[in-house]
Amino acid sequence: MRLDLVPRIRRSAVLDILAPALAFVAAVMVGGVAVAALGVSPGAAFVTYFVTPLSDVWSLQEIALKAAPLALIATGLAFCYRADLWNIGAEGQFVVGGLAGGWVGVATHGSGGSVWILPAMLAAGALAGAAYALIPAVLKVRLGVSEILTSLMLVYVAQLLLDYMVRGPLRDPAGYNFPQSVGFEAAARLPYLMEGETLHAGVLIALAAVGLGTFVLARTLFGFEVRLVGASPRAARFAGFSDARLTLAVFAISGGAAGLAGIVEVAGRIGQLQPEISPGYGFTAIIVAFLGRLSPPGILVAALVIALTTIGGEGAQIDLKLPLDLTRAFQGLLLGLVLGADVFARYHVRLVPGGPASRTAP
Amino acid sequence: MRGRSMRLGGAVLGAMVAVGPVLTGQALAADKLKVGFVYVGPVADFGYSYQHDLSRKALAAAMPDAVETTFLENVPEADSERSIEKLARSGAGLIFTTSFGFMEPTLKVARKFPKVKFAHATGYKRSDNVATYSARFYEGRYVCGKIAGKLSKSGTVGYIASFPIPEVVSGINAFMLGAQSVNPNIKVKIVWVNTWFDPGKEAEAAKALLAQGADILTQHTDSAAPLQEAEKQGKLAFGQSSDQFRFAPKAQLTSITDDWDGYVIAQAKAVRDGTWKSSDTWGGIKDGMVVLAPFTNMPDDVKAMAEETTKAIVDGKVHPFDGPVTKQDGTVAVKQGETAPDPMILGMNWYVKGIDDKLTP
Amino acid sequence: MTLDIVQMVLVTVLAAATPLILAGIGELVAERAGVLNLGVEGMMIFGAAVSFAVAMQTGSTLLGALGGAGAGLGLAALFGLLTVGLAANQVASGLSLTILGLGLSGLVGANYVGIKRDPAPQLAIPGLTDLPGIGRLLFGQDAFVYAAVALVAAVSWFLWRTRAGLTLRAIGDDPVATHALGLKVRRVRFLSVLFGGACAGLGGAYLALAYTPFWSPGMTAGRGWIALALVVFASWRPLRVAAGALLFGGATVLQLHAQAAGLGLPGQLLSALPYLATILALVLLSLGGRQGGSPAPAALGRVFTPSR
Repeated sequence: MRLDLVPRIRRSAVLDILAPALAFVAAVMVGGVAVAALGVSPGAAFVTYFVTPLSDVWSLQEIALKAAPLALIATGLAFCYRADLWNIGAEGQFVVGGLAGGWVGVATHGSGGSVWILPAMLAAGALAGAAYALIPAVLKVRLGVSEILTSLMLVYVAQLLLDYMVRGPLRDPAGYNFPQSVGFEAAARLPYLMEGETLHAGVLIALAAVGLGTFVLARTLFGFEVRLVGASPRAARFAGFSDARLTLAVFAISGGAAGLAGIVEVAGRIGQLQPEISPGYGFTAIIVAFLGRLSPPGILVAALVIALTTIGGEGAQIDLKLPLDLTRAFQGLLLGLVLGADVFARYHVRLVPGGPASRTAP
Repeated sequence: MRGRSMRLGGAVLGAMVAVGPVLTGQALAADKLKVGFVYVGPVADFGYSYQHDLSRKALAAAMPDAVETTFLENVPEADSERSIEKLARSGAGLIFTTSFGFMEPTLKVARKFPKVKFAHATGYKRSDNVATYSARFYEGRYVCGKIAGKLSKSGTVGYIASFPIPEVVSGINAFMLGAQSVNPNIKVKIVWVNTWFDPGKEAEAAKALLAQGADILTQHTDSAAPLQEAEKQGKLAFGQSSDQFRFAPKAQLTSITDDWDGYVIAQAKAVRDGTWKSSDTWGGIKDGMVVLAPFTNMPDDVKAMAEETTKAIVDGKVHPFDGPVTKQDGTVAVKQGETAPDPMILGMNWYVKGIDDKLTP
Repeated sequence: MTLDIVQMVLVTVLAAATPLILAGIGELVAERAGVLNLGVEGMMIFGAAVSFAVAMQTGSTLLGALGGAGAGLGLAALFGLLTVGLAANQVASGLSLTILGLGLSGLVGANYVGIKRDPAPQLAIPGLTDLPGIGRLLFGQDAFVYAAVALVAAVSWFLWRTRAGLTLRAIGDDPVATHALGLKVRRVRFLSVLFGGACAGLGGAYLALAYTPFWSPGMTAGRGWIALALVVFASWRPLRVAAGALLFGGATVLQLHAQAAGLGLPGQLLSALPYLATILALVLLSLGGRQGGSPAPAALGRVFTPSR
């Protein structure tokens, strides 16, 4: 008995959509079993995780707010991953972007509130994130160093840098020496979109990024280059696309997107610099990117699903006493199942009875 | 005319009599005050969050018919606004947010829910419906310092510190001042682990300090790992946040425990009575908010000294920051005969003379 | 610094290096067979949680260690199924296992946070252990440390002195050719992945049973990722993994020693040293390796599907 995988000539379009959906159902079923083992009714858990968060306006806003940075970062990562380049450092680029943009906010504090402050902060965040991502990119291009490891190590460095800045140079002098910057004034904050002071303009930025990403990937020469390099590096080289230039470009894009997400979170949600500005968005975005099959529209859906389950998980902690780790395990399982299900879209899968294939051709 | 209004009045009266008990009965049942608690760490850390949860349990036990409690643990500071708002939205009337990093989110949610009362631990910003509370841990540190000064044979104490915030720095200073009052030449080695709870890192720090010659350890982190490491190596140590004696029966001298029970119950009562007002509470040993665990593993005369010092603090005869207090750079922070005012302690970001390390941000 | 203090410092360095050696040597075997397993962190922490739970329930450190290794092996089996069996993307699969492992570890460990058990016993040979300067270092460690040393030696011997090891390395370099020769590529890869997971789980067990006698959520603190970097840094050679682990373990611990000794550098800079050192090491390695080509297994990370 062995598992035979014969590559399909073209990916099955039907299975492209069906497979992730089936994987989702399978993950939910496994989750139901786990929940029952913990002594809670699977039906109640399902409602708490997936239905209740959709049932009031505030909750919907929170889902959008959580999905926005995920979608933004993951769209950028899609460019990298499609080109077979593994930027694992989005969390660090997020932090650096938040730090840089936040620094602009602190530096312009009390200066009169010009309308240019916010755009400057956003630009600073994006540029800083892009620059930070170029470090592993340059090391890869010039020296062939693994971008997986360098980008990941730089995450820890970025977090420590933020910590240092917030406790030292950027600390609020009127803050009893607690580690936080001065609170940003209105000109340095993203405006709210509706009553209730929850949903802010960062959501619009994320949506714009998803739209832009879709367009670039599908309709521009650069997007074609990205898609080709991942699918067939030799063909890309024959077509004259430069490996090095592409590497630098996609890292800059994904770093810029992550950095922008960072300043959006700082200027939108948090409103100041503090030692922790991310609950792991950079890493969760990696799951979102794969769940979305590396395509921006899919990423948007995946971001909403992940945001929904995260918020549902918080509700489950209060209402059903289910631990947050359950949500995390579920998200890991979901990704694994989606990856596994993807095999059916790429290959014809057959279980063939009998021993290993005979070596000698008849 | 009269007849009709009489009949109407009678009907209304009758309706009220009929509906009345139902209404008030329901109102009584629905009158349980929902109290929410937000913790930054796990309840099972047997340290800071654990002590806060003990106060929640004490509240539930003290007012079972009047109060219903709920809690959220492991809430990251960067993502706390949503959790606090969720508690407010689910009907909580009083919410305790127990970590400094929850300060701005608490204020923001408080603005949105003016009828809900909030109490924020270890912070300094208040509003009409946000109170702050903390404990004068430095009083306990002073006593510990005196004990260490007496018992350290090597003359070096190891201090495992979490983050360089004023609460921790004032603790270090109070400890040193206590130790110096017994042994003016005592030395302290400080290691910053940049976490409140990480047994692995705390154990590593403990090993490093012991290897460098410290024979008594103290910590401002929450796990029992340093105590455990000290016991393993036959040294002595002080516990933190909760009584960690059972983790190191041969090593623990005492532990500075937080006792929030009284405060929490008082706040809940005030909300129920309608007498709640925003306030700042900073209680010490006298108010029962700082409790020193029983003095163990020390000779009787040291124990007597520790008990005496504790009593002196409670009676107001001794204050850890009584002058003269000299800063590391030589300037006088508190003159002889005076005592450091609260704002100085709250914002303390300098070391006292006698500490060799530099306080870096 | 007296001899005793030097020895104490070295003991802490060795202790910090041990989990890195254990996880690293396992990952080395997997990568030598051509599989890049980014799930090491998840397998390590799941192993830590399970090992603590088993040890608490049975009272036996040995059973706890076996439980931890088993937990890592279990997750590795899922990873192997995905990447070797179903030819899924190795990077994404590894990450999904890391997240799954983190979540599962929290669930398993939930009841054991803050509970202490007796730490794993340490060797004590009268006479030898008390030798000044090296006694405790060489003869006073716990079983995990000696197991790590033994594993390094065993893997070295296996990969370069046995036929099976040669097969494994050949598969990592060229799965297509070895498959054509009749070698069971997928089976070897799957077994290597299992070995890697078991080692990672054992590394996690060390953290929870010997390094500190506690379980706490997230206690691996990125060690799995450092182990991954180690393998690259060591040019996929076992002895160098051990050397690298001592360096990196040392960097982590020495920053604490530096603070304790009163060096005035910002704490964050000292904390960042291990990560910066990793990047520096990778750069130096690449600079050095330019001349002789990459020492990595040629087919590392690439999906293999056996064709007719």
